Amino acid sequence: MENFMINNTMNNANVMQQSTRKSYEPFVGRYDPCKPITVKYYETPPQLYLGFQPPGLEQFPPPEALKRGTLWPALYAPYSNPYETP
Amino acid sequence: MANKTLPDDYYQLLEEIQILDFTLVELNLYLDTHPDDLEAIKQFNTYTRKAKELRQQFEERFGPLMHFGHSYSTHPWAWNEPPWPWQV
Amino acid sequence: MWIYEKKLQYPVRVSTCNPMLARFLIEQYGGADGELSAALRYLNQRYSIPDKVIGLLTDIGTEEFAHLEMIATMVYKLTKDATPEQMKEAGLGDHYANHDNALFYHDAAGNPWTASYIQAKGDPIADLYEDIAAEEKARATYQWIINMSDDPFLNEGLSFLREREIVHSQRFREAVELIKDANSQKKIF
Repeated sequence: MENFMINNTMNNANVMQQSTRKSYEPFVGRYDPCKPITVKYYETPPQLYLGFQPPGLEQFPPPEALKRGTLWPALYAPYSNPYETP
Repeated sequence: MANKTLPDDYYQLLEEIQILDFTLVELNLYLDTHPDDLEAIKQFNTYTRKAKELRQQFEERFGPLMHFGHSYSTHPWAWNEPPWPWQV
Repeated sequence: MWIYEKKLQYPVRVSTCNPMLARFLIEQYGGADGELSAALRYLNQRYSIPDKVIGLLTDIGTEEFAHLEMIATMVYKLTKDATPEQMKEAGLGDHYANHDNALFYHDAAGNPWTASYIQAKGDPIADLYEDIAAEEKARATYQWIINMSDDPFLNEGLSFLREREIVHSQRFREAVELIKDANSQKKIF
C-alpha cells in the first residue's frame, strides 16, 4: 500500500498533464477499398491514472455535478466524436 | 388526465431534487470505499436533510414520490396517478 | 428489499421522434454490456464477496437500474407515436412484427438478453476485474452511440451515462485495492 501511495501522488500529477484521448496511425494497405482513416483515436479517461481517490478533492457545485455526471472534476472526462468534420 | 400539462415548477422542483440526490449518490459511492472520511460523512448527512425537505415540498404539491409507506397518500389513493417518470 | 421512486435520476430529453436512434440505444437496454446486465451482475455477485465491498456492489447495482430506466425513457420517447411505416424505415420492422412499439430486452441486432452475458465466479478479484471491464465496455458503447447520434438533447443524457461508467470503474478499482490489502487498510491515508 505504501508503493501504491507513491504512485498515487505521481499519478495525480500525471492527470493534470495527460490528455484523455490518444491516437495511433494504422498501417494503410495498398488495396484497402475504403478511404483510409490515417489517425485512429481511443480514450484513456482519468480512472486509469487517479489511483485510490485521495480525500478532500475539489467538487463541482451540485447542479454542475448532475449536468456533468460526476461530483469530482478529477474524474470528469467529456467525450465528443473524434472523427466528426466540423 | 391525458391532456393535463404539468406546470413549470413541477420540472423545477423535480430537478432540484435530482440535483441533491445526485450529489448524495456520488458521496455514497465515495464513502463505500472511504468509510473513514468524516468530512464527506458530514456533507452526506447535510444533503440528506436538505433532500428530505425538498421531497416533502414536492409531494405536498404533486403527490407521492415513493410507495410502500415512504410517502403519505391523499384520497383517492394517489400513487396510481400519472405522470410516471418516462412520461414527463 | 427495494423501494421505487417516481422520478428519473437525470432529466431525460430527446429532440425528435427518431426510431433509428432507439434501435441503436436498445444495445444498452438488453445488450451484453448494457444496464440490465450491469445491474444483475453486481446484485448477484454481492452474495459471495467480502463484506467490505458488498455495500458498493449493492449501490452501483441499484444505480444501474436507474440507468436502465433512463435508457427505457429515451427509447420510449424516440419511438412514441412512431407509425409502423416509420418503424419499418428505421430498420425496426422485425421488432415491430413481434413487439409493436413495446420495449424488449434484446441488443441492437435483436439478440435476446441471456444470463451468459454475466458471471459470478465466487473469486473476488475475478469478479471485480469483470466489473471494471464491464464499465469500460459500457463506456465504449456509449461513445459509439454518441458518434452516430445527431440529437443534442439525447447526447446530454448519453454523456451523463458515459461519465457514470467512469466513476463506477474508479470505485471498482478502489474495491480491488481494499480487497488486496484487507489488513492494512488504515495505511492508505
